[in-house]
Amino acid sequence: MADTSGTGRRSLSTLIYDEKFRGIVYQIVVAVALISIVWWIVGNTLDNLQEQDKKSGFGFLGQTAGFQILSSLGTSLVDYTAGVSTYWDVFIIGIINTLAVAISGIIMATIIGFMMGVMRLSKNAVFNSFATVYIEILRNVPLLLQIFFWYFFVLRALPNKRDKLELGTENFAINITGLYGPEPIPQEGFRWTMYALLAAFFLIWALAKFAKRLQENTGKRLPVFWLSAATLIGLPLIVHMYNGSPLLWEMPEFRDTGPKLRQGFQASGMVIKPEMIALWLALSLYTASFIAENVRSGILAVSHGQTEASSALGLKASSTLQLVVIPQAMRVIIPPLTSQYLNLTKNSSLAVAIAYPDIVSVFAGTALNQVGQEIEMIFMMMLVYLVLSVGTSAIMNWFNNRMRIVER
Amino acid sequence: MTTENKNTAVSGETVIKIENMNKWYGQFHVLRDINLNVKQGERIVICGPSGSGKSTLIRCINRLEEHQDGLIAVNGTELSGDLKNIEAIRRDVGMCFQHFNLFPHLTVMENCTLAPIWVRKTPRKEAEASAMEYLERVKIPDQAFKYPGQLSGGQQQRVAIARSLCMNPQIMLFDEPTSALDPEMIKEVLDVMVELASTGMTMICVTHEMGFARTVADRVIFMDEGQIIEENEPEEFFNNPKSERTQKFLSQILSH
Repeated sequence: MADTSGTGRRSLSTLIYDEKFRGIVYQIVVAVALISIVWWIVGNTLDNLQEQDKKSGFGFLGQTAGFQILSSLGTSLVDYTAGVSTYWDVFIIGIINTLAVAISGIIMATIIGFMMGVMRLSKNAVFNSFATVYIEILRNVPLLLQIFFWYFFVLRALPNKRDKLELGTENFAINITGLYGPEPIPQEGFRWTMYALLAAFFLIWALAKFAKRLQENTGKRLPVFWLSAATLIGLPLIVHMYNGSPLLWEMPEFRDTGPKLRQGFQASGMVIKPEMIALWLALSLYTASFIAENVRSGILAVSHGQTEASSALGLKASSTLQLVVIPQAMRVIIPPLTSQYLNLTKNSSLAVAIAYPDIVSVFAGTALNQVGQEIEMIFMMMLVYLVLSVGTSAIMNWFNNRMRIVER
Repeated sequence: MTTENKNTAVSGETVIKIENMNKWYGQFHVLRDINLNVKQGERIVICGPSGSGKSTLIRCINRLEEHQDGLIAVNGTELSGDLKNIEAIRRDVGMCFQHFNLFPHLTVMENCTLAPIWVRKTPRKEAEASAMEYLERVKIPDQAFKYPGQLSGGQQQRVAIARSLCMNPQIMLFDEPTSALDPEMIKEVLDVMVELASTGMTMICVTHEMGFARTVADRVIFMDEGQIIEENEPEEFFNNPKSERTQKFLSQILSH
């Protein structure tokens, strides 16, 4: 008897100190705790909603929204009319506007960031100190202040709405109500230009294949970049001209005579509102300062020995940069670059500060105030940012994998 | 390899000419009044204590370092700021580094074909065939499609030698090619270098491998404090060093 109880105690104690058994116990405890917390939150919320007599569900998306939205890419694409369009339209407008400022911001931030990063490494004292000052100022001032700076300080200094500042020609002009330019209006036959553009992409792909084969067989190297650029611009242009340029440009109309209140820009042509410009400038210039530092560290991470080995083989400086330095620097640059792209996209929600109609401003601001269903609406918005972020990460990870260096 | 057949490849033609060359790093005088002539097919070993300027000297020959005074001419072309001349000389002068400096983002094969394709405009297939030949010569054809990070140090250095040879250089410079290697790997790299020497390649090696110097070199040069202290045939150099500094160096390096 003493023996069996001994083994029983031993097996219990071995069970307690067994790694697997412990793991299972911990998992059960955590799972139970998690489920009860969620249960409590959901139950509590439902009770509260009932008490306040609030509706739930997504029915509100079909209701009409009765407020004005600042004219922007979203409103022109969705064709928004207050009192007719629905909250679903508002949601889509918000997404389009967020995407518009995020994508244009990412492009601008990448270009300026790479330029500043390379300039900071330059031996030229002017370039070097300019880049240093740029980076140190831009990345050390809060983004919200920078948005205010561009919106209230720089753009408010523009001519008032009865006046304008021409940018080169009379068809491009800016004043306090926005940047005005000609608006392209496609006519019958313009789709052929688009087809030609598509065909040009195909031709470039074929050209790249042909150039590779030519090199493999004869060693000759075609100027692929210039030929591609010529194809991409030339082919659609020729087709366009051949069809008699089926694209009308609606010029902005500026009136400086007649009744005082009717003077200024009329509703024709394309306009980019100052809110968009300020947000775009602030986001891209701010993010560029971080990207510049990523680029600098990426280039510095490629050892000098690589450049030396490449030059010792007789490669020109430009080939060394293209074939040896940049491919290696990119693998260091891409992961933090992804973070910067995600930051820029999420920071675009600061739009609410200057009332640019991005998704947070228009959907979590105005629409939420009117509908009052914060759970559904905040959830929808979080989903949008999640999808945007996961999408960006997926693209950048794919890019990064292509650049990866194989180690043992 | 015996002493007699060592010199058969040497012809009378001078391929590298260095006259009264001086180099400074800022205030620091690294190379002082260097005079050196290298003939076609000659094998030269440069040795000396660290910091004596031996690496700097051979790096001046393909202008990885710039000299400030005097003359360096390779194949009759003088090295100056002229980029065309520098590129032309680099095409004909191969170099191997202490830390191999292979391109880690390219396979062994791509490492070997990069310069022939982009500099010599060789068709890819031709470049790959010739790269394969050289990889066979350095005895690693089976590693051709691996990346440098997957190879041992000795294998990497042999790839680096093959990579230089793919450009069909007339002259090979070796900058301490075995200093970063384990003892057993040193042998495999030296074997390749000995084999290369037997083909009549003009070689300048900065190395501390005195056995290699004895068997392969036509001339051994001893440098200290930026100057050429002594230069002689290996037999004389090792058995009857003239200067006191050389004797001291040799006694230290050969003592164990």
